[in-house]
Order: sequence, then structure tokens, then C-alpha cells
Amino acid sequence: MVLIAVQVNGTDHQDEVEPRLLLVQYLRETLGLTGTNIGCDTSSCGACTVLLNGESVKSCTLLAAQADGAEIQTIEGLAPAEGPLHPVQEAFRENHALQCGYCTPGMVMAAVSLLEEEDQLTERTVREGLEGNLCRCTGYHNIVRAVLACAAERGMVPGSVS
Amino acid sequence: MTMGAGAFSGKPVRRVEDPALLRGEGTYVDNLKIEGMLTLHFVRSPIAHATIRSIDASAARAMPGVVGVYSATDLAFPPAPALMTLRPGAVRPALAEDRVNFVGDPVVVVVAESRALAMDAAEMVEIDYEPLGAVVDMEDALSPDSPVQYESIGSNVMIGLRSGSDDPLAGADVVVRGRFENQRVAVVPMEGSAIAVDPTGADYDLTVHLACQMPHMIRGVLSGLLELEPDRVRVIAPHVGGSFGGKHLSAEGVVAAKLALELGRPVKWVETRSENMVALPHGRGQVQYVELGLKHDGTMVGLRCRMVGDAGAYAGFGGILVLGQTKIMAQGVYHIPEIAFDVGIVVTNTTPMGAYRGAGRPEAAAFLERIVDMAADELDMDPVELRRKNFIQPEEFPLTTVMGAEYDSGDYEVALDEALRISDYKGLRDEQAQRRARGDRMLLGIGLACYVEVTGGGEEFAEVEVHDDGMITVKAGTSAHGQGHATAFAQIAADQFGVPIEQIRYVQSDTARVARGGGTGGSRSVQLGGTAVLQTSKLVVERAKELVADILEAAPEDIVVTGDGSVGVAGVPSKAITWAQVARTASERGAPLQVQHDTERAGSTFPFGAHVAVVEVDSETGRVVPVQHFAVDDCGVIVNPLLVDGQVHGGLASGIAQALWEQFLYDADGNPITSTLAEYAMPSAAELPSFTTAHTETPSPVNDLGAKGIGESATVGSTPAVQNAVVDALSHLGVRHIDMPCTPERVWRAISDARIGTLPDPWREPRTEMAAFPKEGASEEELERGAESVNL
Repeated sequence: MVLIAVQVNGTDHQDEVEPRLLLVQYLRETLGLTGTNIGCDTSSCGACTVLLNGESVKSCTLLAAQADGAEIQTIEGLAPAEGPLHPVQEAFRENHALQCGYCTPGMVMAAVSLLEEEDQLTERTVREGLEGNLCRCTGYHNIVRAVLACAAERGMVPGSVS
Repeated sequence: MTMGAGAFSGKPVRRVEDPALLRGEGTYVDNLKIEGMLTLHFVRSPIAHATIRSIDASAARAMPGVVGVYSATDLAFPPAPALMTLRPGAVRPALAEDRVNFVGDPVVVVVAESRALAMDAAEMVEIDYEPLGAVVDMEDALSPDSPVQYESIGSNVMIGLRSGSDDPLAGADVVVRGRFENQRVAVVPMEGSAIAVDPTGADYDLTVHLACQMPHMIRGVLSGLLELEPDRVRVIAPHVGGSFGGKHLSAEGVVAAKLALELGRPVKWVETRSENMVALPHGRGQVQYVELGLKHDGTMVGLRCRMVGDAGAYAGFGGILVLGQTKIMAQGVYHIPEIAFDVGIVVTNTTPMGAYRGAGRPEAAAFLERIVDMAADELDMDPVELRRKNFIQPEEFPLTTVMGAEYDSGDYEVALDEALRISDYKGLRDEQAQRRARGDRMLLGIGLACYVEVTGGGEEFAEVEVHDDGMITVKAGTSAHGQGHATAFAQIAADQFGVPIEQIRYVQSDTARVARGGGTGGSRSVQLGGTAVLQTSKLVVERAKELVADILEAAPEDIVVTGDGSVGVAGVPSKAITWAQVARTASERGAPLQVQHDTERAGSTFPFGAHVAVVEVDSETGRVVPVQHFAVDDCGVIVNPLLVDGQVHGGLASGIAQALWEQFLYDADGNPITSTLAEYAMPSAAELPSFTTAHTETPSPVNDLGAKGIGESATVGSTPAVQNAVVDALSHLGVRHIDMPCTPERVWRAISDARIGTLPDPWREPRTEMAAFPKEGASEEELERGAESVNL
């Protein structure tokens, strides 16, 4: 067993974990944070995307042990439980960017990361930036619109008024 | 804001489902925790067709945390249920018995304290297989020489039947012919199959949490298989991570339920993606031999179809779709006076076939729109004009087609005109001509598809109750798994009660809370469930009006829903009482304001539309990029345009993906070679364009809402539009057909063949076995003779 210390959504945790335990399993099974979903076993779908030290990672590609010492943010940590939605969540709602909701937590976290990482976004760069996250319901059309709406809010879309 | 009729229906109301899903509060089966719950993991066949010589599970049983290891000989499992039976005797055992029939066939199940322990133990199970020859290709399976899957049946042909006109091409000046492959695709809901079964509850023998579309139907099936009283089984479909026709009660689900009863402990099975790609039934899978006869002026005179349908292993129910939805929609939007339709449905050593978005209708539109484009080329007519010339006209509805479908309503030309308008079709053709004239490397392809499909039909249940606090509970027997029924049905009810959406509580997908229901499938929900909610709401409102008339001592005909949360005398604002007061009074008088209601059986509806797809083809590499897609889909009267467009977008992605990328492939021995998302070409956002959607609204006369289904239409329309666009890009080179998926290799090869004059003929005759199939309506004796001739 390996002892790890992580901060998840602002709360410190110390746990003994099996060396082979994936980060996503640690989040879901040990911490009970089931908002992060598992959609594949080849790191292809992105449903399990979380932020690790501020950057989006697929939490099925990391061992929990590798996350030792890291700050992690999951979908549950994006907006206060009783408070308003995060602007990206709100844009997803406003633009009907989710249907079954299974890819949504990962997609939202990937979008949050993309909006932080880039200075400017266009439809093309949003599409490429979300390439690692699969959705079967929306055809991505409204997801792209939602992210572009957030980008426009922040003045990141060339030609848009912030 | 004044509410009441029309305040919400027809408006893009934002979804009430979203906040919980966006906060990560989804209730997907794998999120469920039950004290003491065990986990299942299956040992699956790595061989496509083999007999099982021996199974040694002793090492696995001795592993820590293992509660049990079972094969079909250790415990009598009921058979796996079939959604539709292809042929009596083609039974699938829940766990393989003496032989395996596809790679992924479950043979042994391990029950353990955790998933990791179950997987560890599964590695220790030793199974000795004796390989048999496998048949992978559906046309090979027509041959009496192919290795037989069901010895008791003696042939891989489950159904062989000829039907319709004897000579449909008589009188044609021109006949165009094509052999088209409608390839096998994987459903890929983002959540795989999942089930948790709890036998420990006080009120039920079994409580089943299942990712599925039809909980009530499954309760009936499962209770029958396990010999339990239906009312002792509760089935709950919690949040379901997409289904697209795929998720029902699976073989693994039956095993889980049986083991929960056997062990007296809750058990859970959650499919991995690698399992899902081979275990969840696949969709499509037809080879279509199509001949269309026309007059020189383009008038269609007859259509001859000879179709092979792949049922996969165990006669998967999807195999029968060619004889169901594909056949009944073979005529499409056109006058085709004579049609012959022959089918051979076979079992192969591949994943069983099932339903996938469209389920038989995309296959019909694909072959028809493809052959119409080939005819336009042959006759040197614009594909628009050829279609227009043969359309069924609006005044002809309702119409019984040659295939026996009862088309309810339609205006195909209006949809086509709208698609041409929004796509600037003429401008696109000009651009194409310019590129060709310049000899541009990037060729432009413009593809057209006009379609009609079939949705719904049947009856549905709803219950509506006004509570003493004024809240209104609406229940329906449909079962959403991403579509947004909670929002759409709340809109319908809120309009009847004149209350805000927030005053409606929606309940679905739980057999303990909803008395009965048909679930969701075949795009039935709004037209049937929505109509049930509308009718039931009206019945409640009528009862409320009578009650209020009595309370206010007014004439019942003077009582109206006021639109501000009350019921009162028309034009007299002071004489009104709130829904809460009405409900309390009803309760005090001993008859709570609650109505359960079933709709009368309604006919199917026939949504239609026209799509224009625009692709760029790199003439050097064969790569195809979909650059624009214009979709005009007519689903009758729209309840929520936001939800309708969402359905269209998803349908477009599925259809474009089948035309260009997705294909589930096996090698010659039946080993799957696209069984992970790293290999299977499901598109991401980077591959797809934004879409342009529009709607014409031709009401359906067969339900009170005037609605038709929209969940699958865009898949039906987009698949042939995109394929036609690819061929169109190369038509000036002489290319007449490219099979789906139009991969770079296939497209490059077509360009190359065209340049050196070696283009293959898109036609060849089907296998001779098909000619010996018995004719529908033949005498018993003839049928018997025919049956013998194909060794049925």
C-alpha cells in the first residue's frame, strides 16, 4: 500500500491506496466523488477529466499514487453546492450542451481548462481543444457554442465584444 | 407573466434536468452504493466459434475475496431474453453452454467483494476451447457450406423470404443497379451497460437498477425468466448515460439477477468499454442488392431489392430489422408502383445485432437515396429534379404505400425547397463547377437526401396529480435517457394548468412509482407519452373546473384556468381559487385531484425531411472533410425547439460518422479489430462541422399534439446525404458509388481507378441461394419445398 496526501476540491485527504489504484477510482470509490465518470479503458473518451494542479488530465491515465501532493479539482468542486453554477456550467445549460450528461463533467472540466490555457479561441481551436472528450448525444454543436459563449464573455473570441 | 395555453409549448425552455447533471450529481448505476454489494466480472470467449471442452475455475475460487465462480453447468441460469425472436429454437443461453459463438460471448462469471478482486480471479479461470470454423461475412453465411451455429436448425439462414412484385422492372426504359454495404457499427453510449440488483429489500423480491430504455417491459421479462410475480420485482432506470437503442436486459443482466437471488446479496455489473464494444449489440449490417427501373423522363416504374441481413451470433434481434423497418420504408418519399423485396437473414460468429439510432430506417433511406442518385447520373438529370418528379404529393395523405405503411402526413417538396434555399444549392453547384474548371485539388461534393421514416405508434400511460400544496406531479410511462422529457412534458402540463414549470414535478422510469408504460424507443416518447400527459392534464383540469364551479356556485362552462396559478370564473378575477385550494377541497371531499389515464392506440407517424451535405475531398489523398450540413427535418408540431435541435445534432453526428468513419470490423477468423475507442473511429468535435438546422411543421393527424418523433430522423437523412456528397465530388471522374464508410483509402482508390479506367462495376448478382427462398403468401406446400431448398 502507498500513503498519499492530496487536496481535492479544497479538502485535504490522506489515504493508503493500492499501488495499482487509478486516480479516477480513488476519486470515485475512496472519496465517493462519483461526479467523475468512467467511459472507456483506453484513455480515449475523456469522461474522467479532472484538473490536476490546474491542468486537465484524464484521471484514468494516472495512478492515485502519482497524484501524491497534488491539488485536484473535480466537477463537484466547480461551484458551491447551494450556490450558482460556474460560468461554464451555466453556458452548458443555456446552450443545451448536454443530453444524457455522462460525458458532461469531463467535458466541462476540459472546457474550463481550455479557457484558462488559451488567450484566444475560435470555433476551430475549441473543436481541437476538446478533441480528447467524446460525446454521443450532442454532435458537439452546442458544446462548441457553449464554450465559445464563455470565451466571448471573457473577450477571448477575435472580433467579439467582451 | 400570464401562463396558460401556449406559454411554454413551442418555446426553447431550458432543461430542468441540467443543474444536477452539471454538478456531477448523476445517479448512473455505477454511482449507486448498497451495503454488502458484490461485483461481477465475466470471462468471455476469445474465439469466435468453438466448443468448450473443459472449464477449470478451482484457482479462481480460491482467490481472496471471491464469493463464487459460475459457469452454465454450475447453476441453472434462465436464457437471455430476446427483444424480438427471429426464429423459434434460436435461443441464447445467459452463459455459453457447450459452445461459444462470438468473441466476447460470456462463459464464466466471477462474484467477488470488489471489482479488482473479481478481475484478478477471472484471470485464473482456465477454459479449454476446441475451435470450429467461423463464419464472419453475412453473405458467406447464406451458403449451406458455412459452419453452422445452430445444429438443431441446420442452417445459418434464420429467415429466407421473397415478397412483392414478380417483375417490378417490367416497362422500364432504364434500370440502374447497385450492391451497397450498410456496414456494422457500434452503438457506443458513453456509459456502457450497467445493472445493480438488490434482493434484500423488504417490499420487493428484487430491486433492479438498470441502465435501460424500457423498465416496465423489462420487469415483465425478468419476472417471467426468474419465475417471480411481476409486482415483486421493481425496475428503476436511474440516469442513463445514453442508449441509442442499445441498452435492454442483457445476458449479463439476467446472470446478475439470478446470482442476486441465489446469493441473497446485492450484486453489480458495470461493463468496461472493451466489453461494451463486443458485448452490446451492434447495429445496421446489411448488404443490399438494389435495382431501380425508370422511364427515360425519370418516372420511376419499379424497385427490386434483394437484401441480406446480419443477425450476428444467437440470431440477434437486429437481424430482423431488414424485414421490418427497412422493408416497410423501402418506398421512401416516392411513387414506386411495383416493389419486390427479398431477404435472407443469417447468423454469423460476430457480436449479436440489435437496434442503433434509426434501427432499419437509415438502411432504407441509404439504399434508396443512393440508387436515386445513380439514376440521376444515368439519366443525366439533376438529382433534385429526379426526386421532385417522383415525390408523393401532399394531397395524397393519408396514404397506404405499396409496402403497406400508413403514411400520416407529409409535404416532401416544401422540405426539399427549404433545404435548397438554406444551403444555397445553386451557389454550391456554381462553386463546384468553378473548382472543377480550375482543376482544384480540393473537390467539392454536394449530397442530397430526401427521406421519410416511421416513429411511434401504440399507446401510453400518464398520471397527473395536484397536491395540497399546489405542486403538480406528472408521471409518464416513457423513460428518458438524455432526451429531456422532464422538461418537454412539464411544458405540456404547465400550459394546461397555467402554472410555472417549477410547479411541475416529473416522475418516470421506476415501476414502483409509475403504474405502467411502454418506455422509450423508436422515437415514440413525445407523440405518445406527451399526448398521454396532455390528455391526462386535461382530464384533471376538467375535474377541477367542475369542483370550482360547485365551490363558487358558477356554471361549469364559465370556469377557466386563469393563467396565474388559479381556476376561476372567466373575466372575474376576484372569483378564483388557487390550485392548492382546489386540491385541498378535492381531498376533503374524498376524491384527490389525481387521474391515471391510458391513451387510445395511435398509428405510427412519418417524420420526413431533406438534407444537403457538403464535403471536401482531397483528390490526392482521398481524405473527406464534412464542411457543412444543412438539415431540414419535419417532426410535426414542436414542443421544445431547443430539444428538437439537440436531437437533430446528435442524429447528424451519428449519420455523418457512419457515412465517413465508423465501421466495426473483424478479421477472417472473427477476431474484432476495432474493439476499443482507440481503434473504432467515433468522431470527436474536431472531425465534425457546425450544423445548420431548419424545420418545416406538417402536423400529424394521429395524435393530439400533432407531433412526430425526432430522435432518429437526422441520422436517417444525413447518412445518405453525406455518402452521396462524396460520390458527387467524384462524379465528373465517372465514379458512381463508394461504399460506407467512405474512408480515405476507398475514396483514393476510386479516384485512382477512375483515372486509369479500372473502376469496378457497382453491381453484381447476389448469391444464388436467395432465388430459392419461398415466396410470401405461397402455399404451405410451396413454403415447405422452399424451406427444404435452403435447408431451413
